[in-house]
Amino acid sequence: MTQEASGKPDAKKVLVIGGGVAGITAAIEAAEAGCQVVLVERAPSLGGRVARMNQYFPKLCPPACGLEINFKRMKSNSSIQVLTQAEVQDLAGSPGDYTATVKISPRYVTDACTQCGECVKVCPAERSSEFDYGMSKTKAVYLPQANAFPALYALEREACPAGCDLCVKACAYGAIDLNQKAETKTISVSAVIAATGWVPYDASKITNLGYGRCANVVTNVIMERLASVSGPTQGKILRPSDGKEPKTVAFVQCAGSRDENHLPYCSAVCCSASLKQATYVRSAYPEAKVKIFYIDIRTPGRLEDFYTKVSSDPMVELIKGKVAKVEEDPATKDVILEVEDVLHGKKITERVDLLVLATGIVPQTQGLPAAATLDEFGFVDNRPGKTGFYGAGCVRRPEEVSATVQDATGAALKALQCAVRSAHHG
Amino acid sequence: MDKKLGVYICSGCSIGDALDTDKLAQVAQKEYKAPVCRVHSFLCGKEGVEQIHKDLQEGAVDSVVIAACSPRVKAEAFALDPCMVQERVNLREHVAWCQKPKDEDTQMMAEDYLRMGIVKAQKMEPLEPVSDEVSKAILVVGGGVTGLTAALEAAAAGYEVVLVEKQAQLGGFVGTLKSRFPRQAPYTEMEPADLADQIQAATYHPKIKVYTSTSITQTSGQPGQFDVTLLKDGGTIVHRVGAIVMATGWKPYDASKLGHLGYGLTPDVVTNVEFEKMAAAGPLKRPSDGKAVESVLFVQCAGSRDQAHLPYCSSVCCMATLKHSEYVHQQNADAKVYIIYKDMRTPGQYEKYYAKVQNHPGTFLTKGEVDGVGKAAGGKLSVRVKDTLLGESIQVVVDLVVLATGMVPNSADGEAIRQLHDAQAKVLRNESDTQRQEAEKKAEELKAHEGTEILHLTYRQGPDLPLLRYGFPDSHFVCFPYETRRTGIYAAGTVRAPMDSGHAQEDALGAAMKAIQSTELAAQGQAVHPRSRDMSFPSFFLQRCTQCKRCTEECPFGTLDEDEKGTPKPNPYRCRRCGICMGACPERIISFKNYSVDMIASQIKAIEVPEEDEEKPRVLVFMCENDAYPALDIAGMNRIQYDPSVRIIPLRCLGSMNIVWIADALSGGIDGVMLVGCKYGDDYQCHFAKGSELANRRLENVKETLQRLQLESERIQVTQLAINEYGKLPVLINEFMDKIREIGPNPYKGF
Repeated sequence: MTQEASGKPDAKKVLVIGGGVAGITAAIEAAEAGCQVVLVERAPSLGGRVARMNQYFPKLCPPACGLEINFKRMKSNSSIQVLTQAEVQDLAGSPGDYTATVKISPRYVTDACTQCGECVKVCPAERSSEFDYGMSKTKAVYLPQANAFPALYALEREACPAGCDLCVKACAYGAIDLNQKAETKTISVSAVIAATGWVPYDASKITNLGYGRCANVVTNVIMERLASVSGPTQGKILRPSDGKEPKTVAFVQCAGSRDENHLPYCSAVCCSASLKQATYVRSAYPEAKVKIFYIDIRTPGRLEDFYTKVSSDPMVELIKGKVAKVEEDPATKDVILEVEDVLHGKKITERVDLLVLATGIVPQTQGLPAAATLDEFGFVDNRPGKTGFYGAGCVRRPEEVSATVQDATGAALKALQCAVRSAHHG
Repeated sequence: MDKKLGVYICSGCSIGDALDTDKLAQVAQKEYKAPVCRVHSFLCGKEGVEQIHKDLQEGAVDSVVIAACSPRVKAEAFALDPCMVQERVNLREHVAWCQKPKDEDTQMMAEDYLRMGIVKAQKMEPLEPVSDEVSKAILVVGGGVTGLTAALEAAAAGYEVVLVEKQAQLGGFVGTLKSRFPRQAPYTEMEPADLADQIQAATYHPKIKVYTSTSITQTSGQPGQFDVTLLKDGGTIVHRVGAIVMATGWKPYDASKLGHLGYGLTPDVVTNVEFEKMAAAGPLKRPSDGKAVESVLFVQCAGSRDQAHLPYCSSVCCMATLKHSEYVHQQNADAKVYIIYKDMRTPGQYEKYYAKVQNHPGTFLTKGEVDGVGKAAGGKLSVRVKDTLLGESIQVVVDLVVLATGMVPNSADGEAIRQLHDAQAKVLRNESDTQRQEAEKKAEELKAHEGTEILHLTYRQGPDLPLLRYGFPDSHFVCFPYETRRTGIYAAGTVRAPMDSGHAQEDALGAAMKAIQSTELAAQGQAVHPRSRDMSFPSFFLQRCTQCKRCTEECPFGTLDEDEKGTPKPNPYRCRRCGICMGACPERIISFKNYSVDMIASQIKAIEVPEEDEEKPRVLVFMCENDAYPALDIAGMNRIQYDPSVRIIPLRCLGSMNIVWIADALSGGIDGVMLVGCKYGDDYQCHFAKGSELANRRLENVKETLQRLQLESERIQVTQLAINEYGKLPVLINEFMDKIREIGPNPYKGF
């Protein structure tokens, strides 16, 4: 990675918006095929949604493993310029000849940062950790994640007490610059890949499922943080209400998805994700029972093996049924579910310690340039024959990691084509 | 020629507080006579880096050892000419941040690491990348929708393409369809299946050479230099290409195995592929008597998701049946369509199409299991369905039953074919009776693979891609879906995994990109993923080769071929630079210019082993640099302390571990050896597929060494570790040290 990508006149230059697994892949694949790439990420470090996950299905392997390899590929490649805390404000021009205006917010920590951590020791202020979905706090100056890339601290200036400069004094390398200002860059590129990913559907909108109303109802993304060693509970899955180990955990599939009132589409990954999270519970608590309430279990291709494996666990029960109501026992904070078991045509009531809502994928298109065309659900629509601007990954279709990587690799080729054309004609 | 070694020691980030950096400098100057040795308090800063560059420019130094933070950080600051001899010594994460400051043991650890870095650099040679002439043309095998897309998209990026199709026409399965189900917004309208435009575009594209009615008889060489022999009209043509996209598609599951679902009972039980043909040919009629079709029952997962048939989900059949339901209603709006499913699988935006078809008043969907199909009055069929949403068991009488059969990949099992050929050769050779009988048995077992070759690779490890599962040459990696185990050859479309035609077209794009990239990297003499851009490659000192064939067999990527005697023939462009061959070689004749058996052995020798009475044990830890090493870095960042008796040596892959190192270490007085690598087995996490498993297997041979030395087998431990287990790693190290202390000192100390 360099801070200044080459400005060769014939450079095949590509802009990638979003530094999650889709954007990282698109950037590296394009760069390794000879493109000059500028990768723009809003957060202070790369990794996006996957960096916050505990494991991937079906291998139950940690996302950091693949990210590590990809970060290594980036470090050794001077054709990739990474801009963090950056957003594309404007995209002018046409395929083959775009001008992007990128606003870079101040990090207040420069490249001189060595990650020594002396600043954290003296910092008196705290901030809520977005990485942990607000479940934990860090100091105002913080390392965004253990394997942060770029490997630099960041400072949330809004959290600083007035006039405080303790971190500046503590830094032996002069790496903290409280006077840093936002800067705007213009970059000319021939193609743009939008890989801005997704946000979880707001579970509080699904009022009957109790999120926000019942302490022990969490979403699947929060479950990932609870199970992760870098999470707020150091990887222990505990009930939010009392920190107890849950003995019964239920999952509600299609929490918002496949529902005309919420998300009319299927979010594609939640079935496999809940089966995976069932393994988190089962491996941590051998006595615990898991119940999964679903409409259809959707595990395409070889993911079927994973479904077969998890569902063969006698402590994991899958029930085709619709959860009508979720209530909290005021005394124990247990979660009580009313479910219509459609296969047996009866109503059942379940009391569980913890309820996980398998909420779906909402495309993150906020702030995307006008060149993005959206479908009726809000996903970026790559119409056949469309050139210059491509959506990749979950911003254009809900999909799991390997499909996202595949898609991003393909988008890199579309960008390369555009870059090659403009290099020849430009 | 002697190197002019520059040793640069950083004292920043508490390194200087934890260590006596002047004493460290003395190690470099006195023990190793480094012509330049500098200590800097902020080496990665502008001034520190400029000093390194100045020394290089002035010629005072031509090789660099940087003793500072982990090589995983500040790579940009310390970036030097990638071909130059350079080594990083991790004094920060692996010493200063995880050990007691200003402690004798901490200092000894740092001094050992510096010695190890210096001796490695002394043994290293500058890299000279391979630079032969390389073809960037792409061979696409298969002219269906995936192959056509791959060819057109690669050509659109400016690459020459050779497109080979076995059939007389391009277009494959999609070309025969009546319609395609909706793949794009608004996701409700069927799309034309006509590929005529694409076929014409490919046929007349100046960069695409199309061969129909053509097969491949041989593919030799390596990425950038594949020579592909094509057989067309009895004659052969040879093309040189740089990379290959294999898009050979699928075939329907053999319905004759589905008698329990009524197939074969009457002509009115058909497969979904047969139904598609019927629909494409004209109005739907009952095959048995030509009567109009007024009711149809679709059986989903006919053979799929069934342990007795195809255990996987074929991914497309739900959408295909919804489309077929539309075909029926287009012809006769009053017709009744019954769909019996296990789960309806219409992911993502496809849900919209499901909702549309489901809303048709003539479509009845239920979860259920077909229990039997029989003949009914009026030439109809009676289907019994159990466990439905409508009740325990129901009986449906229909005109036509359609079995939604699944996808079977058109692949060849390269590894099995190799085994078959090996067995056949053994039968012919004059082996002993038992050996011959075993070979005969094996050959019989594998005979179904006879003649199934597609690519006809001349690789020692077999003529086609190795398969992952169920016949799919898919990648095992969630993060890297194109990582087949043959460099420069990428499977795409339904041969890689069950998928619909829209996804197959997207997959073609990705595979074409990987193919292009592999030729571009080959042209620069650089490795592809996961050691992207690595310019080292193994060389073989063949005079000492004993033709044991371990390297040719163990390379996960089929890099090495063999001559008749079994001498390895390297193909550097196939190589991923993992060093597994180097670990395999008992004669230690395989080495990289910057990574060799001798280098690591010298590092081991450089460790100062205290006398027994000093009660300072020493343990060597070989660590996978991709996962375990970063985990130990993160442990350091969290300031987790562990026993100072260990000395870590990172390896490119645990599979590159040569067991001679273990023997060297133990005979040199090291008290124990720990190996920390990636998980292996079905869900392996090794980036080189087999490395950690091979390392574990090699340890079997070490047991003999231990017996010979009369040492306890507990002195060696293999541990599987994932990158996020950074909290566990220091604990494992401490536990192992406790065990070693319990066993007592290695009696070979001081020898």
